[in-house]
Amino acid sequence: MSAPLFRSFCRRCLRNFSKTAKLRNDSNGLNLQRVFKLNLSQRQFHKTTGPLYHGDYEMQDPKSEDEVVNIVYITRSGERIPIRGKVGDNAMYLAHRYGIELEGACEASLACSTCHVYVHEDYSDRLPEPQEEEDDMLDMAVFLKENSRLGCQIVLNKDLEGMELSLPQATRNFYVDGHVPQPH
Amino acid sequence: MLPNVIAVPRLCKRHLHRFLKQQFRHCVADHTSVDSPVPHVCVVGSGPAGFYTAQQLLKGNPDIVVDIYEKLPVPFGLVRFGVAPDHPEVKNVINTFTKTAKSERCSFIGNVEVGRDITLQQLRDAYSAVVLAYGADNDKTLGIPGEGLDNVLSARSFVGWFNGLPQDRDLKVDLSAERAVILGHGNVAVDVARILLTPIDILKTTDISQHALEALSHSCIKGVVLVGRRGPLQVAFTIKELREMTKIPECRPHLNPKDYLELLDLIPDLPRPRSRLTDLLYKTALEPNARYKALWADAKREWKLQFLRSPIHICGETKVTGIKLAINRLEVCLHTVRKHFKPIFTFICLCPLVYQVLRSIGYRSVSIDKDIPFNMERGVVSHTQGRVDGLIGVYCSGWVNTGPVGVILTTMTNGFETGKTIIHDISNGTLELSGKQGKNDILPLLQKSGVQVVSFSDWMKIDEAEVERGQNCGKPREKLVDIDAMLKIASTAAPSPL
Repeated sequence: MSAPLFRSFCRRCLRNFSKTAKLRNDSNGLNLQRVFKLNLSQRQFHKTTGPLYHGDYEMQDPKSEDEVVNIVYITRSGERIPIRGKVGDNAMYLAHRYGIELEGACEASLACSTCHVYVHEDYSDRLPEPQEEEDDMLDMAVFLKENSRLGCQIVLNKDLEGMELSLPQATRNFYVDGHVPQPH
Repeated sequence: MLPNVIAVPRLCKRHLHRFLKQQFRHCVADHTSVDSPVPHVCVVGSGPAGFYTAQQLLKGNPDIVVDIYEKLPVPFGLVRFGVAPDHPEVKNVINTFTKTAKSERCSFIGNVEVGRDITLQQLRDAYSAVVLAYGADNDKTLGIPGEGLDNVLSARSFVGWFNGLPQDRDLKVDLSAERAVILGHGNVAVDVARILLTPIDILKTTDISQHALEALSHSCIKGVVLVGRRGPLQVAFTIKELREMTKIPECRPHLNPKDYLELLDLIPDLPRPRSRLTDLLYKTALEPNARYKALWADAKREWKLQFLRSPIHICGETKVTGIKLAINRLEVCLHTVRKHFKPIFTFICLCPLVYQVLRSIGYRSVSIDKDIPFNMERGVVSHTQGRVDGLIGVYCSGWVNTGPVGVILTTMTNGFETGKTIIHDISNGTLELSGKQGKNDILPLLQKSGVQVVSFSDWMKIDEAEVERGQNCGKPREKLVDIDAMLKIASTAAPSPL
């Protein structure tokens, strides 16, 4: 098993995997030596200066059922990925935890729009109004819609149970002269 | 079908899928016991385009090995040398790039210039695919008399100067005049204006280069005029940058209300980004709120926007004494998709006593190797969907592909697309994989010609040294501006491994 792929597992899956792997130990072809060299219990984070959002919190599982907020991410290919989040989770870091293709170039500091998502209409009113800075960044997003938001500005609460977030479907090709290529 | 797996661990659906796929691939490889060759891909340029392409490649193929070549000893391209020092949050993306560079299938090979130390052909021989992601290293020029005068600078060099780009560290910046004119209405123009107008006390807490800080602290600039050839509805800067301009301490906008009066009726019908931007322009010019009025009341510096003017002559003997501007009239041009307005010259006016001119009318890319087919007109590499025309296995990504426009999102999108194209071409067998040894072929060549290669861990040493230098003067970082100094630190013994 190649180490980088293994590393891309979310923490919960990693733990379950290592548990199973320990149980069956060397009875199969997996190279456990290599696996455990990865030091599974420690994940490295790249912390930003802000005390709130650096993705650490999102890596913790909910402590009780009261905290749980279930949301669904709909990927670019239309696949629905249910996610069991918790109150206070940042939707962008939660996406990172579960390997969903959502970037976060500026690490939730409102300086890019790489975490652009569409919030399902039923829920968009339940989110606080976007700040001026968020709107400024959304203006740069491709295929802006009424229900566009930045994933890094969505913090889960009980009111958002069942919320659907979709990733923008396609990307636009950028040309200097503004030319939009037509599909062949 | 999966003999290796006795107990399948409890994984979420997505990861289970990945796990099984990985196991299955493993088994097949074991049974056939044929080592399929590892695809080696090289990326030329370590800016956002290079790193985002590398990120996509590493993610999309579990075997691929990516080497990122960089002309300078330090990585990150315009994130380091282009993003304004007072925008540290934009530089957070370096964390993501660092993660990519630390992947065991990715190497950073700094201080190697393609076209000088190594040729494109040598790279093509050693790699299955070569991605050109070296950006836009050159300026567009105006092509008018007087452009070569002493006080006419390109905004690109000016940005390089205050950001510590080694090649621009000795730029002669004369800030003894009270007025500066910036030709251009893009984000670079606004960045330059903001740096010229921001109080020095704010700048000195950023990672702006010390030599620039020194020069700016003696600046006499009181006013900056941004001249654009089109009107207020066609400005190319974005709303974030404009909003920052309205919030610079001790500085006020001095906008001519006449330019904006007619905009009010148009605002509701414009697309949202343009509408919000125009609204902000309108409010800044005509209806600033009380908070802003108070902020602007005791301003020492000011900036203004001049629309519908094209420079046709920069006057002066050695130094600039004035600019001749042609007055433009806009005509709707329906032939272009963007429906933009084409400026047409009508009158000529003279704007005298200008001492500092900064040209900020755009960047262009250059061809770094004679083999690369280049579109001189657009200043980009000729390509079809990222595949360079006529050269199998050569791709282009980022500004070299799209032209120098757009924010980091644009480059990310393009980098990902190019990455996916390469993964696709590898999986369908278009690319030659066998006999390609990647950097194992290239490094000996470089060693032979005496090039000191800077690895990512060498960069970490430079990084550490820069942060330390910054701490001494209360900055997040003080960049090294001397390539030899960088190389010296890079070649010191590695600190004991953690």
